[in-house]
Amino acid sequence: MNNPQLTKNGELKHLLSIEGLPKAILNQILDTAESFVGVAEREVKKVPLLRGKTVCNIFFENSTRTRTTFEIAAKRLSADVINLNVNTSSQSKGETILDTVDNLIAMHADMFVIRHAQSGAAHFIARHVAPHIRVINAGDGRHAHPTQGLLDVFTIRRYKPDMHNLRIAIVGDVLHSRVARSEIHALTTLGVPEVRVIAPKTLLPHDVERLGVQVYHDMNAGLKDVDVVMMLRLQNERMNGALLPSAQEYFKCYGLTQEKLALAKPDAIVMHPGPMNRGVEIDSAVADGAQSVILPQVTYGIAVRMAVMSILAGNTEE
Amino acid sequence: MKILIKNGRLIDHKNNIDAVRDVYVAAGKVVAVGDAPADFHPNATIDATNLVVAPGLVDVSARLREPGFEYKATLKSELRAAVAGGVTSLACPPDTDPVLDEPGLVEMLKHRAKLLNLAHVYPVGALTRKLEGKELTEMSELAEAGCVGFSHVTARLTDTLVLRRAMQYASTFGFTVWLHPEDAYLAKNGVAHDGEVAARLGLAGIPSSAETIALATILTLAEETGARVHICRISTREGVEMLRQAKQRGLAVSADAAANHVHLTEHDIGYFDAQCHLKPPLRSQRDRDALRQGLADHTLDVICSDHTPVDDDAKLAPFGETEAGATGLELLLPLTLKWAQETATPLAAALARITSEPARLLGINAGHLSVGATADICVFDPEQFWKIERNALHSQGKNTPFLGMELAGKVRWTLVAGQVVHQS
Repeated sequence: MNNPQLTKNGELKHLLSIEGLPKAILNQILDTAESFVGVAEREVKKVPLLRGKTVCNIFFENSTRTRTTFEIAAKRLSADVINLNVNTSSQSKGETILDTVDNLIAMHADMFVIRHAQSGAAHFIARHVAPHIRVINAGDGRHAHPTQGLLDVFTIRRYKPDMHNLRIAIVGDVLHSRVARSEIHALTTLGVPEVRVIAPKTLLPHDVERLGVQVYHDMNAGLKDVDVVMMLRLQNERMNGALLPSAQEYFKCYGLTQEKLALAKPDAIVMHPGPMNRGVEIDSAVADGAQSVILPQVTYGIAVRMAVMSILAGNTEE
Repeated sequence: MKILIKNGRLIDHKNNIDAVRDVYVAAGKVVAVGDAPADFHPNATIDATNLVVAPGLVDVSARLREPGFEYKATLKSELRAAVAGGVTSLACPPDTDPVLDEPGLVEMLKHRAKLLNLAHVYPVGALTRKLEGKELTEMSELAEAGCVGFSHVTARLTDTLVLRRAMQYASTFGFTVWLHPEDAYLAKNGVAHDGEVAARLGLAGIPSSAETIALATILTLAEETGARVHICRISTREGVEMLRQAKQRGLAVSADAAANHVHLTEHDIGYFDAQCHLKPPLRSQRDRDALRQGLADHTLDVICSDHTPVDDDAKLAPFGETEAGATGLELLLPLTLKWAQETATPLAAALARITSEPARLLGINAGHLSVGATADICVFDPEQFWKIERNALHSQGKNTPFLGMELAGKVRWTLVAGQVVHQS
C-alpha cells in the first residue's frame, strides 16, 4: 500500500497522520521548527518561503485556536491566507467536501489546511486533489492531529532532549482523541521507550495496546516516575452519560492535581493541547504551576506549523 | 431452440457428476446429459472445451435497488450483472422504497423481472410493515405473491416481543425467517470492527458482541418458537461457534457468509478505503479464518454476494460518512473460486455453496442439471483471469474492494431457461 503522504522519492507530500512517517521526516520537521522559533522574536516576524503561495484554512469544524496558529504560521512564511469556516448547514444544502475543495482549487489555492469531524477526511481530500496541491490535516475526527503531535514532541524535546530515556503518560479521553493518537505515534516513532495511557475503560479504544502503549486505569500507578504528563481535553458532551457518570467523579479519579503530580519525577513537565477544562481534567494550580509547559506548547505550535508548511512547499517534484 | 453444450467439464454436485459430459438443452429444459437423445439436431452448439459447465449460480442475497433507489441501480442493470456473473436465480431483500411488505409490490417486482427475461428473481418479504419492527406483515399473502422468506434486513428490530411473535407466526406456516444479527445499540454509529484498525484510524467501532448478543437472542427465540431461521452475513468467530453449537443441538438454522468477508479483514481498510465500508464490518483475521472454518465444516451453508450497489457519490466522502456496501453479483464466482483455491476445497464442493445449497435454502428447484430441470446453466473458464474494473462490471454499482485486482473465473455463457442471456 502506497503511503499517500509521501512522494515517490519518499519525501513529505501531505501531512495527514504521524503514523507511517519515518523517523527521519519527523526529525526534519522538528529541526526545521527549531530554526523558526527565532523568527517570532525578531522585529520583522516574516520569512519569504511561501511568498506568492495561497494557503486555505478550511475548517468544517469550529476551532479558533488551531486555525489562528495555522494562519499566523502561514503569514510568517509570507503566504496569502484564506480562512473558510464551512458550517454544517452549507454541507446539508448539498455541497460536498469535494465541491468546496474544488472551488478553492479553481481559485488557485496551493495548500489546504483541513479540519473535519470525520476520521479520514484529510486523507479523502488528499486523494482527490491535483498533484501539486498540498494538504495538512488540522484534525480529522478521532483519527489524527499531526501538527499537534509534532508540537508536543517538539516541546518535550526542548525540555527533555534525550527521547530514548523517557517515560511519558497520556491521561484522559484517548478513545475520542485525535491528539492522543498522534502523540502516541510521534513518541513511539522517535523512540520513547515507555508511553502509558491512563483512562477508565470507557475512554479507551479496544486493542489500544496494539498502538504500542501500556494501559493504566489507576492514575496514581500510571503517573509513578514519569517524565512527562500529557493531559487530554474532555469534551463537555462526554462528561455526563454512559461514558462517565459526572465531571466531578472524573476529576476525582483522573484530574491532575498537585498531589498526583508529586508521584511523577520531580522535574516532570505537564502538557495540555488546550483548550483546558480547569477543574475537570486539570487543576488550575497545576495548569499555571511551575511544571506546566502549556503556553510554550502554543508558541512552539507556530514554529512547527511553519516547518511543516515550508517543507511541503519545498517538496515539489512528483 | 435446441442447444448442445459439448466437451465441457460438467460439475453438478447434487447429481454427483464431475466429468466431461455433453449437455443437451431443448425447450428450456435439460433433455439429456452425456449421450445425445434420438433425433437431437441442435440449433446452436457451445464448445465448452476446457471450460466448466455448471448449474446457474444461486445467490441468497442481492439488492436490486428497485423500487425506490434507481439512482443506485435498476432491475435491468442488476439482472444484467447477475447473468454476466453466471447468477441465474437470486433472492432480493425487502429493503427497497417502498419496502416489500405488500403482495402487490412483490407481484409487480416479479412481473417486471420476468419481462426482462434474465435471472429468476425470488423476493424476500419484509418481516414487519415498513421494516419498522412493530407490526407483522401479511406473510401468507406475501408468500402467495412469491416471497420465499421474510427478513428484517438491517433495519432495527429491538422489540424482542415483536421478534418472538414474528417467528411464531412465520413458523405457523413454515416460512423461513431471515435475520441479520446485529444489536442496534452496540452497532449504533459504528462503521468498522471495534479492533486494532478502528483504534488506529479513530473510526467508531462495532464490537463482536453486537453480533453475538443479537445471535443469542435469535437462537433462543428460534429454539422456543420452532421457527426456521436463516442467519444472514455472519462475521465473527464467536458467532460461528454459537451457530456450530446451535446446529449440533439440532436447531433448524442455516447461515451464510458474504464473499467479501471470506477474503477480507479490517486491515484492508488501509487508509480509509470506503470500498471496504461494509455491513457487517470487515473483522479481524481470526474472524475471517473462523468463517472459512465454518464453511469447511458446514456451520455456514452458503456464500452469497451480498450485492449492494451504491452510487458513486455515496462512496465519495470521508469513510464514516460513506454508505456501506459493495457490488457483488459479478464477483460471486471468482471470489468463491479464490476461496476454494486458497482452502484446497474441491471445485465441485465449492460450487455447491453457490448452486445447490442456496437453492435448497430458498426452497426452489434450481442449482442442479438433472434431466428435466430448467436449463439455467453457467459455462465458465476457471483459469481465465480478468481485471475488476469499472468498465468490466455490468452492475450500475462500481463499488467493490476488489477494484483494480485480477481474479480468476470468467463466465463465458449464461443460459436462463434454455436461452443464452450472456456471452463473452
